[in-house]
Amino acid sequence: MTLPKQVLQALAGIVGSQSIRVSRTALETYASDGLPTHHRRPGAVVLPDGRDQVVRIVEVLAHHGVPFVARGAGTGLSGGALAGPDAVVIVLTRLNRIIAIDPSNRHATVEPGVVNVHLSEAAAPHGLHYAPDPSSQTVCTIGGNVAENAGGPHCLKYGVTSNHILELEVVLPNGEVATLGSRGGEPWGPDLVGLFVGSEGMFGIATRITVRLTPIPRQIQTLLADFSSVRAAGEAVSSIIASGLLPSALEMLDRACVAAVEASIYAAGYPTDAEAVLLVDVDGRDAGAVQAEAHDVETILREHGARTVRMATEESQRARLWQGRKKAFGALGRISPDLIVQDAVVPRSALPDVLERIADIAATYRVKVSNVFHAGDGNLHPNINFDRRNRDEFRRVEAASAAIMSACIDAGGSITGEHGVGIDKLRYMPLMFDGDTLAAMRATRRAFDPEELSNPGKVVPVHACREWSAARSLRRAEVVA
Amino acid sequence: MSSSDGSIERRLRALVGPDGQMTTDDDGTPNVAPSTATGCALVLRTASAEGWRVRIVGNGSWIPPDAPAELTLSSRGLGQVEDVHAADLVATVQSGVDQHALREALADRGTWWPVDAPGDRRSVGSLVATATAGPLRSGFGNIRDHLLGLTIVTADGHILNYGGRVAKNVAGFDLTKLATGSFGAFGFISSVHLRLRPIPRADATLTTNDRRDALLGQGQAILDAGITPSALELLSPVAGSTDDWTLGVRLIGSDATVEAERAAVAAACTARWTSLSSRNAADFWRDVQQRATQHATTIRVGCVITGLRQAINLVLHHLDDATITASIGAGVVRWSGSASAARLQLLRRTAAQVEMPVTIERAPWPLRNELGHFGLCREGVNRLMGSLRHTFDPQSTLTVALAGRQ
Ligand SMILES: Cc1cc2nc3c(=O)[nH]c(=O)nc-3n(C[C@H](O)[C@H](O)[C@H](O)COP(=O)(O)OP(=O)(O)OC[C@H]3O[C@@H](n4cnc5c(N)ncnc54)[C@H](O)[C@@H]3O)c2cc1C
Repeated sequence: MTLPKQVLQALAGIVGSQSIRVSRTALETYASDGLPTHHRRPGAVVLPDGRDQVVRIVEVLAHHGVPFVARGAGTGLSGGALAGPDAVVIVLTRLNRIIAIDPSNRHATVEPGVVNVHLSEAAAPHGLHYAPDPSSQTVCTIGGNVAENAGGPHCLKYGVTSNHILELEVVLPNGEVATLGSRGGEPWGPDLVGLFVGSEGMFGIATRITVRLTPIPRQIQTLLADFSSVRAAGEAVSSIIASGLLPSALEMLDRACVAAVEASIYAAGYPTDAEAVLLVDVDGRDAGAVQAEAHDVETILREHGARTVRMATEESQRARLWQGRKKAFGALGRISPDLIVQDAVVPRSALPDVLERIADIAATYRVKVSNVFHAGDGNLHPNINFDRRNRDEFRRVEAASAAIMSACIDAGGSITGEHGVGIDKLRYMPLMFDGDTLAAMRATRRAFDPEELSNPGKVVPVHACREWSAARSLRRAEVVA
Repeated sequence: MSSSDGSIERRLRALVGPDGQMTTDDDGTPNVAPSTATGCALVLRTASAEGWRVRIVGNGSWIPPDAPAELTLSSRGLGQVEDVHAADLVATVQSGVDQHALREALADRGTWWPVDAPGDRRSVGSLVATATAGPLRSGFGNIRDHLLGLTIVTADGHILNYGGRVAKNVAGFDLTKLATGSFGAFGFISSVHLRLRPIPRADATLTTNDRRDALLGQGQAILDAGITPSALELLSPVAGSTDDWTLGVRLIGSDATVEAERAAVAAACTARWTSLSSRNAADFWRDVQQRATQHATTIRVGCVITGLRQAINLVLHHLDDATITASIGAGVVRWSGSASAARLQLLRRTAAQVEMPVTIERAPWPLRNELGHFGLCREGVNRLMGSLRHTFDPQSTLTVALAGRQ
């Protein structure tokens, strides 16, 4: 442990000795997130019970120059919530109050530790829900969603987290509190809410969040189509998107993934002999309109060679079909000691080619890749099952991951669509952004956090940043002064 | 303001070469319109090194080129729709492309950008830099929601590429959002990647006239019924050229959805609706867009939906009943007219007390300079805005009045 004693004492003075963790075993709980390939034990963990404690903690840490990392539920998939021995993890799960739900204005104000699905449950009596629905929604927190700009299956129609955040109260890395945006959604000044969302905990800690609520669709029809080739399924996706129809969700599972799901307790009745299945939701207010759209979707699916198309409107049938998709990562996690859930995006029309390329990469590196993903957005999740103890296999897994990222960038895509960069994808950032753009990102972060104390070492690979000119001009000014 | 000896013009001519477009603004300021981002970078790098102040303009149809500067950098030379990828619903366009040209280029490929910003023949760069969304904001969101990325040239000439061309992307910080709606304070936008939609299959407009509060009530009733129209716009008598206030509802989607929503709107409220023919609907919405620029100044007031009545009352109290429109689903009131800085400042102060931000969307320079586009920001935000400005424009090369003098 490298944290100064007086810092630990000060922190204990703020949260009480029951709410600070310093023992090796206790810290181990916080040494990883949802991604098994990174492990870092923090110097200490504190569990504040409210905004005021967060402010006092950050003030102490800023005063002593100690780095800190906010943490929600720890389900992140890029190592974003990890901290080294010189840093303190601030766990926000106790800030879990839903402060207000305002149905007339379609918004709610929550603390960051509120679990995603709890908010939708609380809004349901008003006919509203919080639309972004990551597959981890039963555990992940709204604060974590804000930091990662989380997505989910239904973001195809309703938009990702950033489309739903109106106002943010943030504790800046010097302990100052700022309110960004407004409850109506208009910014006071530049769009700092938009900038903060997706900043992966590097601009400060969100302590109060006002989100937009969306009417719960009254009618939903779920379609399950199965295909004898991944390419045909991919082409069906492109056609649906280009047709002007806007399903609320359009997800794909490939054969390996279907096999894992069907062999698990989450079995959803997907056909195990298909090369790919598509799960599509069409929703709206009116049964007739939804049926008409579902019919149009079905026609496109069949035109692209769907072997069968099943329709489900009953809630129980729909829930079963969706259970397989939502729990797919869990099902995959059972078939090997370790699982990497990868995340990348490609233009939707490139899906068929890129999926074939991924299959080639899997064969080249002799790794087990299965795909379950948000096809309508082109947001891939190639998952790799492996055993970390097998060093050779682990090396091949790392090499295959890098090759998959390159393939997606070559196709005009991105290295992450919703899981963030964290530490895991730092090395790929220079493949997407030049040194000047990376430097601009770092300089922007320094406008919020000049000392770079909040979640240091993530997102922007400092070595790849060109020198930023404002820094030059500052230094010149200092010399002149 | 202009260079009396013409030396800046000479330098600029040398920079942009024989193909570069150069003109002179009405106030004598040299106006340069490079045709590439690299050309813009060259101009800005030179300007910041020489200590010249630069004002950025698009078509000049929204904010006039009247800020004090040694030169005007225009997006006029950047007029290419570079790429429309209909299958992926993505387009890349240069910032000088005007709204109409964009609409046509997209329609040719069966696509559409759901932005109906006020003004006429505005450049895409201006729409993005000022984030002026129109009535469709109620259903489709703000300008920021229709962008995937952009290229920006900083005040000292660095070309930065934010975001990308894919539907979802969280690689790195979202600097596209910072650039959108910051009036060019963080650089010159040279091209943008747009998130498109397929051309809607059906598009219906309903209108009704009544007293203001009755119509606000109808609007709320529509929302309470769980309907989210694509536009739900309240127009003052002047804005609607009618004796009474007007509520315009626009429904966009598939034939079946639009018909179902039309029935749902009728069931949700007591108003008697007139259904406009497609030609009349197009005229109706075009008038809404164009009326904003008949006056020198346009502001927007942000509020929650139930605060619209109060927001409109504040505007009426402090200003006048010139052209007022309100996007009910989005909680935004827009006013266009003429008012003194003092009156606008009073409105801004009063509105701030009830948590309503007032943004000066367009106004003559003396007013912008006095009040700032954003003016009164909240504590904390002011400091952040200042340090971000310093980050992106350390020499204060770009004349943009974000904060104002008051
Ligand atoms: C099985 C499974 C399925 C998943 N499915 C999806 C999916 O469909 N879509 C998707 O987008 N993601 C998905 N994820 C990833 C993950 O759930 C999301 O990234 C989620 O948003 C993380 O929330 P969290 O509360 O667990 O945050 P954490 O993992 O605790 O933290 C994530 C990051 O947020 C920062 N942070 C947390 N709270 C705050 C705060 N209040 N202020 C500032 N920064 C903060 C942390 O520092 C860290 O950088 C999945 C993960 C798993 C394990």
